[in-house]
Amino acid sequence: MSEMQGLEEQGLRTDLPEFRPGDTVRVHVRILEGDKERVQVFEGVVISRKGGQISSTFTVRKVSYGVGVERVFPLHSPMIARIEVKGRGRVRRARLFYLRGRTGKAARIRARIDKSQNGDS
Amino acid sequence: MSLEFMGRKLGMTQIFTDVGERIPVTVVRAGPCTVIQKKTPGRDGYSAVQLGFEERRERHTTGAMKGHFAAADTAPRRVVYEVRVPEDEVGALEPGQELRCDVAFQEGQDVSVTGRSKGRGFTGVIKRWGFKTSKATHGTHESFRHGGAISAGTYPGRVLKGKKMAGQHGSRQVTIRGLVVARMDADRNLLFIRGAVPGHRNGLVRVRPDPSG
Repeated sequence: MSEMQGLEEQGLRTDLPEFRPGDTVRVHVRILEGDKERVQVFEGVVISRKGGQISSTFTVRKVSYGVGVERVFPLHSPMIARIEVKGRGRVRRARLFYLRGRTGKAARIRARIDKSQNGDS
Repeated sequence: MSLEFMGRKLGMTQIFTDVGERIPVTVVRAGPCTVIQKKTPGRDGYSAVQLGFEERRERHTTGAMKGHFAAADTAPRRVVYEVRVPEDEVGALEPGQELRCDVAFQEGQDVSVTGRSKGRGFTGVIKRWGFKTSKATHGTHESFRHGGAISAGTYPGRVLKGKKMAGQHGSRQVTIRGLVVARMDADRNLLFIRGAVPGHRNGLVRVRPDPSG
């Protein structure tokens, strides 16, 4: 299987930032319309990360005009132009599906202060 | 050239296209295959080419086979097989020649893959033939995965031939047709075939270009 591992790693993207469930991200998605291409931004909370290697995906949830919208992105897809991490959140589980049943104040996530990096935060 | 290649199924993964589609692929190392012998109508009554795949250790090779490989000036091969090829195409090949997978394949090519399916042993009718299971509750007892009645009564008074019953499942030769080479790495003889291919990882498979092309 080592040969397979090498093959999978070829397709992995190394230009993406590290992020976890609970973080707020802006995903810049390439959209192809006919022969034109533009970039759309999807901003929300990462509620799940799944899979490993080339097959890994993450789910972003946002509330748009009062409607909850979730989008699953393949992490290594070439359609992802860029991922911006807007904020770090402190959460106690890996899958934040409980956010689905909550709105407003109840759906807030505490900010995470990263102690490993001796920054100013 | 319509040559069949022996290959090793390395495993499955997925690849992305430029427009972001994810394609599930099976990676097969097809080749290099070595020409061992040419069969000609004059000498053998038909025209074909005998090919070898992967190396076999010297001490596992019988004396007779050692001589056969020496005639082609190659190291012993683990797998030796034959492909029927028109006479004019045989002429272009020479014993000892190493063939890469791009001799027979290209990206987008339709292929058939033959292999030995994973062995499942002696299995019941649910797994083997896709029978429905009986009720798990409502008074059912001791009969959850049975196949039910196997025939009518006095007439015909016997069980029809070919009746689907429990038995050996898998570990037989299976050919999947109409698969597509989604990507190819000719330098490393790797075929990325869309979809699944018979057999377990590291299993031996035979890949054939389909006529439609």
